[in-house]
Amino acid sequence: MDKTYTSVELAIEDIPDGAVIAFGSFFTAGKPTALTRALAKKGVKNLTIVVMQVGVGNEEILELVENGQVKKAICNYPFPRSATRGADHSFEQAMRQSAIEAEVYPMGTFAEKLRCAGAGIPAFYTPAGVGTVVAEGKEVRVFDGVETLMETALPVDFAFVHAWKGDREGNLVYRYTARNYNNVMAMAGKVTIAEVETLVEPGELDSNFIHTPGIFVKRVVETGRPDYSQSPV
Amino acid sequence: MSKAMKVIVPEMPPLEREMIALRIANMLEDGSYVNLGIGIPTLVSNWIEGRDIILQAEIGMLKSGPLAEGDEIEPDRINASCQFIHELPGSSYFDIETSFAMIRGGRMDVAVLGALQVSARGDLAGWNTPARGLGKMGNIGGSMDLAVGARKLIVAMEHITTDGRPKILPECTYPLTAKGCVDVIVTNYALIEVTPKGLVLKEAIPGVSAEDIQKMTAAPLIIAGDFHEMEL
Repeated sequence: MDKTYTSVELAIEDIPDGAVIAFGSFFTAGKPTALTRALAKKGVKNLTIVVMQVGVGNEEILELVENGQVKKAICNYPFPRSATRGADHSFEQAMRQSAIEAEVYPMGTFAEKLRCAGAGIPAFYTPAGVGTVVAEGKEVRVFDGVETLMETALPVDFAFVHAWKGDREGNLVYRYTARNYNNVMAMAGKVTIAEVETLVEPGELDSNFIHTPGIFVKRVVETGRPDYSQSPV
Repeated sequence: MSKAMKVIVPEMPPLEREMIALRIANMLEDGSYVNLGIGIPTLVSNWIEGRDIILQAEIGMLKSGPLAEGDEIEPDRINASCQFIHELPGSSYFDIETSFAMIRGGRMDVAVLGALQVSARGDLAGWNTPARGLGKMGNIGGSMDLAVGARKLIVAMEHITTDGRPKILPECTYPLTAKGCVDVIVTNYALIEVTPKGLVLKEAIPGVSAEDIQKMTAAPLIIAGDFHEMEL
């Protein structure tokens, strides 16, 4: 089973306007930079982006925002840390002007919404967010004396993930903390596209140490090691 | 006392942020798993080198190490504050859903978080500053999960705002992170425990009295029977 594509452009060719797309990464670690840049070049619009954060060192997502490609953002840590930086930040300004819709979730809830989408579970209950604005409009239930909120699964049409190594059948291995959201987004994607720094043949990865089994990955494209000359913010 | 009212600050200079972190480091027990939030909490890591304390970074790492610089930087290894870090013998990496299973699942012995406000009942407000004008949007990060999941929650913060207003209030006026979650507040002037009876003032920095602390605190304080000078 060969899932490889020869270029990121071909790997994203069928993404339509209005797609819901998840992007792996936690701050600067594990960003699918090549796929995201190709999406900016492709110019599809009215996208719903599912990404932990935009405000800290996520220039590739920012480019989608500045191109006017984003209709809605579902995220956890949308803004730059400082209000001063936020004043110059195109995503924060777009949110202020309501040019982009947004949903913000606690980090564990955000992760679990994706996990549930990948695991065939339509909803779950979590204590995170009880008694806060996150709880507004959500069902509250008490289990063993603990108040919890009902949260629903977050299925995505396409998931972009970045892996250190991958084989032609879509088995993926991540490096250090670049794993973060990549595995759970791969699970949540109806079509998961993996950019891998190094593509190998089936059997070359140690089968005891596969992080994402190939069944969750539809397409694989080798993009090399990203340019890390820029420091985190 | 209205929250808008500026408070009277004692003449004694307050603790530096590093010293708030040191006081908290001294509260941590060996053998504990600890998560440190952004800001003053991160500084706690400077005081636990060589101790049997394992730090969890919610990005997906256990036993996160000291900050890395220069040639030692590994771009794929950052902590939850987006800083380059070292790994240590016994470090492990995992995905985000496993990380939050640890946090919500009650495996974190202690979380240390910053705060904008804490209420008399231990409500925490720490993710949304209304003055920034973003309504119900803001950087929640891992704070809501940590606040409900950690076995003990220590808040590390300045006692008053930069414009001289109290941050420890009868009720939080900013959007909440979680209700009734805070166990201990360590500030640049005092150490206060949240108890079912109310806020108990346990320690104040040298040269500052319990009355001085109350003047900077909008919520009522109970003076502990063993109230004493903070030792560092």
